[in-house]
Amino acid sequence: MHTKTIAELAQGLKNKDFSSVELTQHYLDRIKASDLNAFITITDELALQQAKSADEKIAKGEAGKLTGIPYAHKDIFCTKGVKTSAGSKMLDNFIAPYDATVSHKLNQSGLVMLGKSNMDEFAMGSSNENSFYGAVKNPWNTSKVPGGSSGGSAAAVAGGLSSFATGTDTGGSIRQPASLCGITGLKPTYGRISRYGMIAYASSLDQAGPMTKTAEDAAIVLNAMAGFDAKDSTASEQDVPDYTANLNDAINGLTIGLPKEFFADGLEDAVATEVMNAVKEFEAMGAIIKEISLPNSAYAIPTYYIVAPCECSSNLSRMDGVRYGYRCDNPKNLEDLYLRSRSEGFGAEVKRRIMIGAYALSAGYYDAYYLKAQKTRHLISNDFKKAFTEVDVIMGPVSPTTAFDLGSFKDPVSMYLADIYTLSANLAGLPAMSIPAGFSQKMPVGLQLIGNYWSEPKLLNIAHQFQQQTDYHAQMP
Amino acid sequence: MINDTELKQIANLAKLSIDADAQNETIKDLNAILDLATQLTEINTDDIPPMAHPLHMTQRLRADVVTETDQSELFQSIAPNTGNQHYLVPTVIE
Repeated sequence: MHTKTIAELAQGLKNKDFSSVELTQHYLDRIKASDLNAFITITDELALQQAKSADEKIAKGEAGKLTGIPYAHKDIFCTKGVKTSAGSKMLDNFIAPYDATVSHKLNQSGLVMLGKSNMDEFAMGSSNENSFYGAVKNPWNTSKVPGGSSGGSAAAVAGGLSSFATGTDTGGSIRQPASLCGITGLKPTYGRISRYGMIAYASSLDQAGPMTKTAEDAAIVLNAMAGFDAKDSTASEQDVPDYTANLNDAINGLTIGLPKEFFADGLEDAVATEVMNAVKEFEAMGAIIKEISLPNSAYAIPTYYIVAPCECSSNLSRMDGVRYGYRCDNPKNLEDLYLRSRSEGFGAEVKRRIMIGAYALSAGYYDAYYLKAQKTRHLISNDFKKAFTEVDVIMGPVSPTTAFDLGSFKDPVSMYLADIYTLSANLAGLPAMSIPAGFSQKMPVGLQLIGNYWSEPKLLNIAHQFQQQTDYHAQMP
Repeated sequence: MINDTELKQIANLAKLSIDADAQNETIKDLNAILDLATQLTEINTDDIPPMAHPLHMTQRLRADVVTETDQSELFQSIAPNTGNQHYLVPTVIE
């Protein structure tokens, strides 16, 4: 059952080939037998209750497309009554008193939550090694990372521990683990999915999205996740189309832009070969290939690593040991309470980013760092605006390499450099996807698709058409 | 570039304490990140406005009416220490 897509599972439930309780138990058994460390919390009792109630709805003919389907929920989304840790010791004791809008919407869809998936602490990382709960292993090779920050989600889907998972993407945290684990991941346009109850890292960049086996599944899940929310002041009022409606549109005549900067030094040859083979596949399907330039894209790394830490230093100031979360033992005074609760509660990478943000926002440095980065961000966004007057979609690699060995990056900056191809879409707020496009030495390679604002139906259509011609997405470890 | 004195100032702003034996490593890591950021000085951004919002949306406002119900008991149930509906911290004024 765990090899099936959401669409196939829904059909199986409808045909009574299996019940939601049986399906849920199957996944729970697989999770318990797995050594991937993909979950922080397994909500088995809740899952079986939800499955039972889904089976009742199915019996009464009241089921929707997602009723009774089990999924993994990234531990960054608040879930009422269930621990929501964001991968941090700081929130190890945090039982969310309310549901994130995404959690609420997924509950309303009749889904079954198997548990909360592992992640880099507060979504800061590209390898899932920054989790308080330990690293997650890549199901294709357990000595390698699954990517991050949504590493637990990606490993759960790729390893057949869940039919799909939720993720969040601030600088590539859906696309990069999707690429490294060989699954489909979509980061929608900024504002498409409510951020309410999604623990904030960098609010102007954070966006939730689906991590699935196929583009069709991503469309089905996006239908359930997307939409305006009065509780998120940055949620868009843009209408939500049916994301499955255009999946079968023909893509002949599609113009694909290949940014020359995405194929320059630093990209592993084997990854470049697989990405170009995928592009040739599109050419064979009638697409037109055009070289384009995103001249400021190289500056995405310094821009992101100023903007995101500035926002995180502000967002994480609420973690003070007073209202919720970790509090140090026997604080001497209020200052000691703040200092020790935060110093003992946060991990090394989170502390680094908070300090960089505090520095870049401080008097005397604000103009040189934060303001400069926000201006550069504008230039990066303008590059895309120009590109989308010439092409329908931009394609390239997601990550310069396939999954790397656990523990192979010793200094933070060298890992930041691996985010080169994903950061720009967040800085500009554009939708982007990773889809399985091949293998190098038995490890998956992802192809990145970047679209114009609100072009999710087009991206999903392009991805679906590719998946009709190829079987990389159907392969499992 | 950050030195010992500046590290203390930043740690104070960030309400973090840095162990003495981790100080040099922290300074090295932070300076490596700031080194990366100096690449931004290569770009001419004269006349380029800072980007405040990816979609250039303005802040949406709502009517000034109460929409939240009182859930203080629920919210305080997860606090480390409370009393008489207040969050308790060590004595601030003796």
